[in-house]
Amino acid sequence: MNIIDRRLNPQGKSLANRQRFLRRAKEQVIKAVRDASGKRGITDIENGEKVTIAAGGVREPSFHRSGSGGVRDYVVPGNKEYVEGDTIQRPDGGGGGRGAEGSADGEGEDDFRFVLSRDEFLDIFLEDLELPDLVKQKVKQSESHTLTRAGYSVSGSPANLSLVRTMRNSLSRRIALRRPKPAEIQELQALLKEAEEAGEDLEQIQALREQLERQILRSKRIPFIDPIDVRYNRFDSVPKPIAQAVMFCLMDVSGSMTEHMKDLAKRFFMLLFLFLKRRYGAVDIVFIRHTHEAKEVDEETFFYSAETGGTVVSTALEEMRKVIEDRYPAADWNIYAAQASDGDNMSSDNAKSVGLLRDAILPLCQYFAYIEVAAEHNMGLSALGRETELWRTYKQAQGPDRPLAMRRVRSRREIFPVFRDLFARDKVGA
Amino acid sequence: MTAVITKPDTLLYDGVDWDYDKVKRVYDAIEHIALSEMGLDVYPNQIEVITAEQMLDAYSSIGMPLMYKHWSFGKHFARDEMLYRKGYRGLAYEIVINSSPCISYIMEENTMTMQTLVIAHAAFGHNHFFKNNQLFQQWTDAEGILDYLEFAKAYINQCEERHGHAAVERVLDAAHALMSQGVHKYPKKRTLDLRLEQKRERERQEYQEQTFNDLWRTVPKPVAGQRAPKSVSERKKMLGLPEENILYFLEKKAPRLEHWQRELLRIVRHIAQYFYPQKQTKVMNEGCATFVHYQIMTRLHETGQISEGAFLEFLHSHTSVVFQPEFDDKRFSGLNPYALGFAMMQDIVRIAEKPTAEDRQWFPDLAGKGDGMAAVREAWANFRDESFILQYLSPHLMRKLKLFSVHDDAEDPYLLVDHIHNERGYRSIRKMLARQYDLGFLEPDIQIVDVDLAGDRKLILHHRVTNGVLLDESDAKAVLRHIANLWGYEVQLVEVSSVSEAILKEHAVTAPSGVAG
Repeated sequence: MNIIDRRLNPQGKSLANRQRFLRRAKEQVIKAVRDASGKRGITDIENGEKVTIAAGGVREPSFHRSGSGGVRDYVVPGNKEYVEGDTIQRPDGGGGGRGAEGSADGEGEDDFRFVLSRDEFLDIFLEDLELPDLVKQKVKQSESHTLTRAGYSVSGSPANLSLVRTMRNSLSRRIALRRPKPAEIQELQALLKEAEEAGEDLEQIQALREQLERQILRSKRIPFIDPIDVRYNRFDSVPKPIAQAVMFCLMDVSGSMTEHMKDLAKRFFMLLFLFLKRRYGAVDIVFIRHTHEAKEVDEETFFYSAETGGTVVSTALEEMRKVIEDRYPAADWNIYAAQASDGDNMSSDNAKSVGLLRDAILPLCQYFAYIEVAAEHNMGLSALGRETELWRTYKQAQGPDRPLAMRRVRSRREIFPVFRDLFARDKVGA
Repeated sequence: MTAVITKPDTLLYDGVDWDYDKVKRVYDAIEHIALSEMGLDVYPNQIEVITAEQMLDAYSSIGMPLMYKHWSFGKHFARDEMLYRKGYRGLAYEIVINSSPCISYIMEENTMTMQTLVIAHAAFGHNHFFKNNQLFQQWTDAEGILDYLEFAKAYINQCEERHGHAAVERVLDAAHALMSQGVHKYPKKRTLDLRLEQKRERERQEYQEQTFNDLWRTVPKPVAGQRAPKSVSERKKMLGLPEENILYFLEKKAPRLEHWQRELLRIVRHIAQYFYPQKQTKVMNEGCATFVHYQIMTRLHETGQISEGAFLEFLHSHTSVVFQPEFDDKRFSGLNPYALGFAMMQDIVRIAEKPTAEDRQWFPDLAGKGDGMAAVREAWANFRDESFILQYLSPHLMRKLKLFSVHDDAEDPYLLVDHIHNERGYRSIRKMLARQYDLGFLEPDIQIVDVDLAGDRKLILHHRVTNGVLLDESDAKAVLRHIANLWGYEVQLVEVSSVSEAILKEHAVTAPSGVAG
């Protein structure tokens, strides 16, 4: 008998099958994921999700008898009171067998339920989305470099000596030039000694002696390691891409912003955060809220604390510029910003806002998204096409090579479509 | 057993944790009981320790250690994993493979008692059954199966690289759908060797000489050069029709398949054939294994090799395995093969060793024979579920299980109890229960009957309908689609009543668009 421990065998043998399955069920899974993300809060979107898909595409059909019609006989255990000839009321659910064979598995054939891992979920959820301007323009000027291996060279510092390569070259050269091995020389010496002791004829001793001398000379002429054998590891220095991003969340928290509007804004921010996190190793978030004055706050305060006051957008932009200057030099960070507002702004501030945005903020940003949230029931002004104060203002800052996008969102349903619309792959660079 | 234990008692192990020494000790003790006391005959054993994830893995690829890749295995894995993680369903304690050496998987989470139980159950119970049952001997090749799977896996992998995932998947999907229709149910006609052929030739000659009649010479011969159109029966004979092994027929005769596609069909067909005996011996196989583990654990306990606590733990899992809910219980989902099999094995031993007058009347050959073990061994070797029940289900057991039969005619408003466990009902119930395990009766009888070779090459299948139960329509349609994909032309399925030969229903699927293959 053998006992074999298979526990350390490569795990995830089923991974290939799972990928095949997901590919097969792709359309249905995508639909299910979109539905699921609509139903639940965006806060827990990051966890894996149990999704239910219609069994259609992944059905495994086979010839089998249908569950109804015809004449059937069953033998079942546990008779308590029946005698021959008794009749039993047909149980509900049509003419199907009364829980005898067939339904033993209890698996509903209409739906198929399974759990997607967090990565699979996000992959599908954010599929086909691409970050605009992913390559930072300033990367060329960036100072940080990293070394990568770049083969071997014949010169270098001793610390970089590649022992394996060197010895390999040395060995092949010695074989090619037929350098005698120490063992061979020893053997010859032993032979010679033996011959001398045995007192064999001088000619043979002489021949052996000459041969030995030749071999020793040869091994001296052909060095064990020759300078031409030596190799060094070579390294190239390549500029390091910036793998960190900062995301600025700007929100108007003046009295005119209702809870509903804040909720919409929050959902949009969460999506953007998730998305950035998929693309960059580390994502910092900076929350800036503003009324007639702006302040950097923590997340809790940002979303939940009430505030009153007027609305001066430029203060927020100014604050953002200050934070960038202080902590996030544009050379080292990818900067993204999302601003949510109901569109109010003090008229006197418009000119200053657009100036700041156009000249100070946008040149630093990879992307600036402006989301105008509106009350759900308010089908009024903006729906009829009248633009809000801020919308009109920001429109002036738009330009062909400025990374500014503006969208309106009225209900939760629209959040995801708008988000996809902003980052859809074919939109990039448009 | 080696006397490693210093304490005077003979316990093989103590506590719940297992290690390799303990497993080895327990194995030796079990082997001693199984081979010398119970007279079992097993393949060499190989016991492999795996994790829960690997167990799930093995589940989804129909229990085989190596399997080719297909999305359906991923689907099963996804479902089993979810059920397991959410706690809806536990994992099996073991999986055993009919191969030589016989591989049993045991899970690392099991307690030592569970490992003991699993070794007795799988490594000796199932193993003995695999090696000795005539169905397995006749139909499966225990030595070769792992090598064959290895080949299959590599071959399919290669096909995927050469012809693309989609093309391979298309063929495999179709083949999987036809798996139940991909087995030879009867041994194939042997090809004759030369000597036999000559003998038959001589016999034919002699027969003709004996029955020579000059009259036949006067029958007009067909005009030379004008070939008579081939008759339908001739055409069928040429194609080997009717043929119930649809996969085999497609592999050999489908006109538009390429070589590798035929090979894929062949692989799936071989695997289906390999599992065919297991489908036919569910009750016996599990009954045998359960009976063996019960005997062995009891003996271990009697001889003081396992503790009272361990024995209680064993009894707890044993009783939940052989639990049979009654028909009106919420948990009822048909007869539990473990319960029925185990009860029947014990019943056979009882009849052989302590028969009642009734047993002597019902089983004159078996009753009072004395050696119960020999009687069950004989049953394990020579029967499959259907014949086993027909042969051995005793009135005593029918009374114990309170079996009764229900007649369900969709036209009647009521179900009828037509037989119960009494003198008048025993034979009928036994017959009906046996038929419930007859695959030939359970699976729809579908055969390829004709191909319109001269015309549009339409493939015609017949389903002989028994008791008026038709095929599930949407599934039938989907499978026909698969057949059409392989065949390359139109496919038609006719459901024919086996009583009146009347056509009850027709399904047809048009030829696949584009070139098949």
